[in-house]
Amino acid sequence: MAKKVMVQSVINGDDTAFLCETRQTLLEVLRDELGMTGTKEGCGNGNCGACNVMLDGVLVNSCLVLAVEAEGRTVTTIEGIAPADGLHPLQQKFLEHAALQCGICTPGFIISSKALLEHNPNPSEHDVRLWLAGNLCRCTGYDKIVRAVLDVASAN
Amino acid sequence: MQAFDFVSAQSVDEVVAALAAGGERARPLSGGTDLLAQMKEGRRSYATVVDLKRIPELMEVRVGADGLWLGASVPCHIVNNNADIQKMYPALHDSTGLIGGTQIQGRASLGGNLCNASPAADGIPILIVHSATAHIAGPNGTRTLPADEFCVAPGRNALQNGEILVALQLPAPAKNFGAAYLRFIPRNEMDIAVVGVGVSVVLSDDGQTIQSARVSLGAVAPTPLYVKAAGDALAGQPVSEETFEKAAQIAREAAKPISDMRGTIAQRKHLSGVLTKRALRIAIDRARGTTTVDSLGRLNGNG
Repeated sequence: MAKKVMVQSVINGDDTAFLCETRQTLLEVLRDELGMTGTKEGCGNGNCGACNVMLDGVLVNSCLVLAVEAEGRTVTTIEGIAPADGLHPLQQKFLEHAALQCGICTPGFIISSKALLEHNPNPSEHDVRLWLAGNLCRCTGYDKIVRAVLDVASAN
Repeated sequence: MQAFDFVSAQSVDEVVAALAAGGERARPLSGGTDLLAQMKEGRRSYATVVDLKRIPELMEVRVGADGLWLGASVPCHIVNNNADIQKMYPALHDSTGLIGGTQIQGRASLGGNLCNASPAADGIPILIVHSATAHIAGPNGTRTLPADEFCVAPGRNALQNGEILVALQLPAPAKNFGAAYLRFIPRNEMDIAVVGVGVSVVLSDDGQTIQSARVSLGAVAPTPLYVKAAGDALAGQPVSEETFEKAAQIAREAAKPISDMRGTIAQRKHLSGVLTKRALRIAIDRARGTTTVDSLGRLNGNG
């Protein structure tokens, strides 16, 4: 058994200390050590975006981040998106537009879309499609997702 | 992924020492978008991984009268969103805005793109046409190397054992300087270049004559190519389609591509000419100050 190291991060606003092996990705630690299974593993090699989280406010694939790299960093996952009561507007609009079917890609799309709207509150359809080009969805054909994001943006 | 010791280096000296101690079983880590994927697949394994991203010099962005100092580990999203870089080097965004998707750009760096030395790297031709210099540190001290000499074979760079890339330095743009990078891919986003072309020009004050130019081709040879002959053919020539065609002809001849799943030799040679001309038009517009990049700075080679 490889030696474990202690990592301290702020995850969804909570000071969090965890033990991990250096070879564990942030995705593995979130899911397997911390029980935060909202973040999904899709391809595991940075192509699909299902595992997207925010690391110090920057959108990243958590499957391509070592958990030890999160030392002293802040992490935001899908579990940290909704307010204490109710849903985040993106979650609400994804439901209203039926922008999901199997749902595996959805947490990644929500995180990516949130990052987009923080970067650009009034994106064009082109902007949305470009920003989300690294998130793959096998079910929706993307149109419903793009409409949901644009619907949230239109309220800005 | 196999187990390894993780070192979060705080200084260049610390990295150099860790790499010296670890030898070939030690590896520096920057954005990890290639390295970690390869380690997960078992294609690479190391006893020691040394993280570079907490070293000030490697994360530094300094823009001034003497040009740009871009730390080797600075992720693409910083380049994309830095107003000073956008103003002085808008063409950098042509490359950093299309290396992977948004979340890859959150981690991947131009320095890493150079070190990976892919023949199809989107970040290397633009460095070559900006006359970038690689600043290298290692067990024997520091040295510099022009970006066009950095790649030596597919996936192999000029770094010696124990050396790291510390930063890329770009000279301040000359007056009336403009540059552009275009790539051809068969879809809109998220693909590997079939051909990529970077160009830069310096125009006369009236904007009608090309005083000097540089041309670089990607994905058409074992390494990104600096095509000096194309730049030389443009120097002193009027801005005209005839001039562009001369450069395009040289680019087609300089391209030494292979046929593979992404394209044939004939297609890649043809594209080398087409993209050279298109990139020249954009670079000249930028040199004249008559164009701006779109909101995401994205210029697409498919149009």
